[in-house]
Amino acid sequence: MLTTIKRHTLSVLVENSAGVLSQVSRLFSRKGYNIESLAVGTTDDPEVSRITIEVMCGEQQIGQIINQLRKQFSVYSVRLLPPEQSIRRELVLIKVKAESREVRNEVIQIANIFRASIIDVSTRSLTLAIIGQESKDDALEKLLSEFGILELVRTGMVALERGEATIRNNSSNKVRDEFDLGKNIL
Amino acid sequence: MLMKGSQIVMECLLEQGVDTVFGYPGGTILNIYDEFELHGYNQKIRHYLTAHEQGASHAADGYARSTGKVGVCFATSGPGATNLVTGIATAYYDSSPVVCITVNVADSLMGKDTFQEVDITGITMPITKCNFLVKDVNELADVIREAFAIARSGRPGPVLIDITKNVTAAEAEYEYLPVSEHPNHGRLATLLRRSNREIKIPEPDQGDIDKLLELIAQSQRPMVLVGGGVIRSKGAVPEFRRFIETLDAPVGSTIMGGGACPGNHPLFTGMVGMHGSHASNMATAECDLLIAIGCRFSDRVATDPPSFAKNAKIVHIDIDRAEIDKNVKTYHHIIGDARRVLELLNAGLEQHDYTAWKAQVFARKELPLKKDDILHAHEILETISDLTNGDAIIATDVGQHQMWSCQYYHFSRPGQLLTSGGFGTMGFGLGAAMGAKVGNPDKVVVHCTGDGCFRMNCHELATVEHYDIPVITVIFDNRTLGMVRQWQNLIYDKRFSQTTLDRGPDFVKLAEAYGLKGFRAKNQAEFADAFKQALEAGCGCVIDCAIDIDAMVHPMVSGGTPVTDFLLH
Repeated sequence: MLTTIKRHTLSVLVENSAGVLSQVSRLFSRKGYNIESLAVGTTDDPEVSRITIEVMCGEQQIGQIINQLRKQFSVYSVRLLPPEQSIRRELVLIKVKAESREVRNEVIQIANIFRASIIDVSTRSLTLAIIGQESKDDALEKLLSEFGILELVRTGMVALERGEATIRNNSSNKVRDEFDLGKNIL
Repeated sequence: MLMKGSQIVMECLLEQGVDTVFGYPGGTILNIYDEFELHGYNQKIRHYLTAHEQGASHAADGYARSTGKVGVCFATSGPGATNLVTGIATAYYDSSPVVCITVNVADSLMGKDTFQEVDITGITMPITKCNFLVKDVNELADVIREAFAIARSGRPGPVLIDITKNVTAAEAEYEYLPVSEHPNHGRLATLLRRSNREIKIPEPDQGDIDKLLELIAQSQRPMVLVGGGVIRSKGAVPEFRRFIETLDAPVGSTIMGGGACPGNHPLFTGMVGMHGSHASNMATAECDLLIAIGCRFSDRVATDPPSFAKNAKIVHIDIDRAEIDKNVKTYHHIIGDARRVLELLNAGLEQHDYTAWKAQVFARKELPLKKDDILHAHEILETISDLTNGDAIIATDVGQHQMWSCQYYHFSRPGQLLTSGGFGTMGFGLGAAMGAKVGNPDKVVVHCTGDGCFRMNCHELATVEHYDIPVITVIFDNRTLGMVRQWQNLIYDKRFSQTTLDRGPDFVKLAEAYGLKGFRAKNQAEFADAFKQALEAGCGCVIDCAIDIDAMVHPMVSGGTPVTDFLLH
């Protein structure tokens, strides 16, 4: 069987409690998949967290992982975000070596072109923040690398579907009901 | 009422109707154990002190499988908790409802590599349906209620509750709440609300039911494959029997489905898979519709998934949606509790007659059984069956004796066969047999084991003796790890690496050392005699049966090859 490995973006609503993150992430490590990116935070409901996970794997494997996720009691909703109909963003902080005024000016110019903001300045460094997707972030990173990147950190991708679709109203009702039936505690 | 966490644990067990607990005390769980004496809970809950925590976990599992109730076991922190792990995994793979209660070190000592501290919720995450760490005494009652609800509902499974020692000593308000009220309160109510679920028992989809009825109407050669889901679903077996008799189709079984269809039923073809019968395995390849109920097409059943039931439309009925299309690709599925799905199917199913198709399936013969002057496995099982009117509960360990037990003992009801089908845990049987006997005191409980398996947990004979739990252990003693030797015989060119058990102990003397009775049997007459004495003895007995070192389980299909390619037939 030929499987095409590609990037999948999963959005998962979970109970905001200890252990849930490892419960979710172990389903990926169990099969030996490395999570490319992971972002977690609470939602408008403080008792519910949203996890955005990006992973490289085949179509069938991601289907299996989604099924295993859905049957967890601490998982409320799972949505595989369609790449064309989703917006994905991550925040990158880059600390660049900038020991002279010329270098600082040049870095600031590049930051302006990329609409990155300068969030910290010292006599020997500049720290930039940029929000974007891989292509933009990578281009900036490449340009800055010639000045010397001291540190770089990413938040991990967060993503939402375009338009009015939400994680709660957009999954097939039949499949959701089928999973809920198995989780019913009556 | 204000009470200590330890007492809340006991009260919550009583709410659930628990009267039996298997366990082993230790430093951190002392407060809970103290309740048995301090507040007299030993009058309401019988605690069985096992020789090892693993035995307690298997006993709770065997109790659950044989009674349909939730089994409960206690263990202390650290090694006490990790000793439960194999038992929890065993229960998880076979969807057995067990609640394990462990007590961890005090909150203030957690994460400091404290004496006997271990992250048991982390360790058991992959092998529990759900687990909890309780650090607030005010949540304790709610968590226990949720744990029991989760363990027994849907696809049942083990749940672990780890409580910090300080919580067992702290006080909180406790109010008795009947089980029927639990879903309307606290965490359970939140769980239901947050998942957008209504508080009502869900129904299978009628459209899906109708579609299967249509597929049945079009089918010329239907077959039913029954798994443990029908055993676990309460009240499913009568509906299942009505279904197969109305459908009039051959019925194959997975190991976990043993007892759903009586072993001597005219529609029963036997087990399917690696040690499946000739009739069963060939029928899966020839049927045009395979209705699989409550099974998961494991690698021991669908040995080669792409070729499994290759001429059939596979319809999968299960309560766990994640099982659909996991191991084999299905044509149609119905999600729901087996009993309810079968009820709805029966309501719409007309009487069928597949005489020609059945004749084709049942024309296939199995190898004739050996009869000579040495003792054979089938003779042991036939004798047990004859002398117990086929009514005994059989708990097995894992290997050849397990397959023989499934092939030659005719199970006729759910909970009659207790075996580690999914996880394949050697050493499961004795603990499970104890649990079954405690839960079913009026049934004969026979523990079928091999000499390898029995060595693993035979220390539980001490528990058998102390609590006077009269289980009969029958050792299929071939002085080898028989199943592994069978593979070495057939696949590894007779290189018997590390499988020969030419060593002690003398099992009869061992039984006597534990204060039990021991017997030896070298032929069927001796075995029948020993078994009769064991039945009359009224105490735990061990019967050491000498069988041939090279006896094999027939038929056999190698892993990874189609179920129709018999290596041994």
